[in-house]
Amino acid sequence: MSNDITENTGPVVEDDETFDNSHVLDPAATQDSQETISAEIKGIHDSASGETQPRVNFPPYRSSLLRHPTKDMHHTDPETIELWSPAFGHRDVHTLESDLTVQGNGEPLGERMVVRGRVLDGDGRAVRNQLVEIWQANASGRYVHKRDQHPAPLDPNFTGVGRTITDDKGFYEFTTIKPAPYPWKNHHNAWRPAHIHFSLFGTDFTQRMITQMYFPGDPLFSLDPIYQSITDQKARDRLVATYDHNVSTHEWNTGYYWDIVLTGSNRTWMEDEHDAH
Amino acid sequence: MRIEKNQLESARTGGEKLVATPGQTIGPFFGYASGYENVHIPFRDGQHLVNPASPKAVRLTGTIYDGSGAPIPDAMIEIWQADENGQIPQETGSLVRDGWTFTGWGRATADNVGTYTFSTVNPGATEEGKAPFIHVVVFARGLMNKLHTRIYLPEDTAALEKDALLSSVEADRRQTLIAEREADGTLRFDIHLQGEKETVFLQFPGIEYPVHD
Repeated sequence: MSNDITENTGPVVEDDETFDNSHVLDPAATQDSQETISAEIKGIHDSASGETQPRVNFPPYRSSLLRHPTKDMHHTDPETIELWSPAFGHRDVHTLESDLTVQGNGEPLGERMVVRGRVLDGDGRAVRNQLVEIWQANASGRYVHKRDQHPAPLDPNFTGVGRTITDDKGFYEFTTIKPAPYPWKNHHNAWRPAHIHFSLFGTDFTQRMITQMYFPGDPLFSLDPIYQSITDQKARDRLVATYDHNVSTHEWNTGYYWDIVLTGSNRTWMEDEHDAH
Repeated sequence: MRIEKNQLESARTGGEKLVATPGQTIGPFFGYASGYENVHIPFRDGQHLVNPASPKAVRLTGTIYDGSGAPIPDAMIEIWQADENGQIPQETGSLVRDGWTFTGWGRATADNVGTYTFSTVNPGATEEGKAPFIHVVVFARGLMNKLHTRIYLPEDTAALEKDALLSSVEADRRQTLIAEREADGTLRFDIHLQGEKETVFLQFPGIEYPVHD
């Protein structure tokens, strides 16, 4: 009986879902200024060149400090299961799941946009029939997540999560809402550039990756330690979509285009697989 | 970023390869509380490669730790493995599990105390005398790029002894790649991203980990 009473005292508001003090900055987490962070980023960039992937040890991104390996990575060739990827298909993903604007009972707020592009491997082969997943903040910069305390409105018609299967040429396409930038607690007055998280599979499991797609010309790029953990401008540019008027449609959506390249496949490809492209 | 036609043609005909798109952290917001649609990054039954009630189900569990020894509550772990006969699955249906098809792939998120749990089977040897292992990829807030590793089963000590990868790892770190078997059949495999007990992470050809290379 006592359980029943506890359960019936109304909605229990957990601490991490309380918004009362969410606009008060946490002094411990935000004592460093943007100038400090920017100077640290510059110091690292000045002594780096030609890197193609982010540094896992990137001190300006404070959360990386205790979460990166410090011992050498162990170089090895993939074997057996690692030369294959799990198979996904239309049994796994419904066509409507690539349209993030139809998941609620009404139209979500914000700029309706389509993002389209290909998933390719290092040899330029299309990654066909593979799973692509995305998640993102809404048009106000808010995620549907109990740990997101940013006091911007949730949108009852937008969960910000979608998935699709690439077609025979490796193309994916999502219809969504353009996400907004949002504040975070890496340092004082820290803002993430607007981005969409992408999760990708290749033909080998060694190609598995998660990344973020950004929008062209974002004024927050130079200030963001996550984007800047990639020390080379050419490599950073690979995460930025282009505005594509051919993807925009009349009186309906704006359009962006973004190709994703996975690391090379280590599999020995059959001739017919190769010719199919 | 758009790959132009000439770049693509060149890569396809043995010319300059395309450079891989950089990875980025999974961030903190990849999973949310229930009450929304079924389209999630951590999806329903993602951690159940086989039904936990199945007589052949094996619990694979462990805790993910940071460099200070604190558990990491916002990590996501994926496994990819052969079935109990050593066959590599190529069946679809991981995201909408039917309870019967073994797809070999699973996804679990760490709980509030940094623990992940899968229900799976012991993978068989993919060839005679080969040490069976489960492949793992780790994502976490604060972790800028994915990390790969392997979970070897502890039983076939002769096969472990002559395994090429294990043999190439320093003796005092080899154990970080081998699961412990508990009395009830549970496989326990902790993951340490940093520190004294740091797990051996694998770097495959084609990906760069700057500074570590």
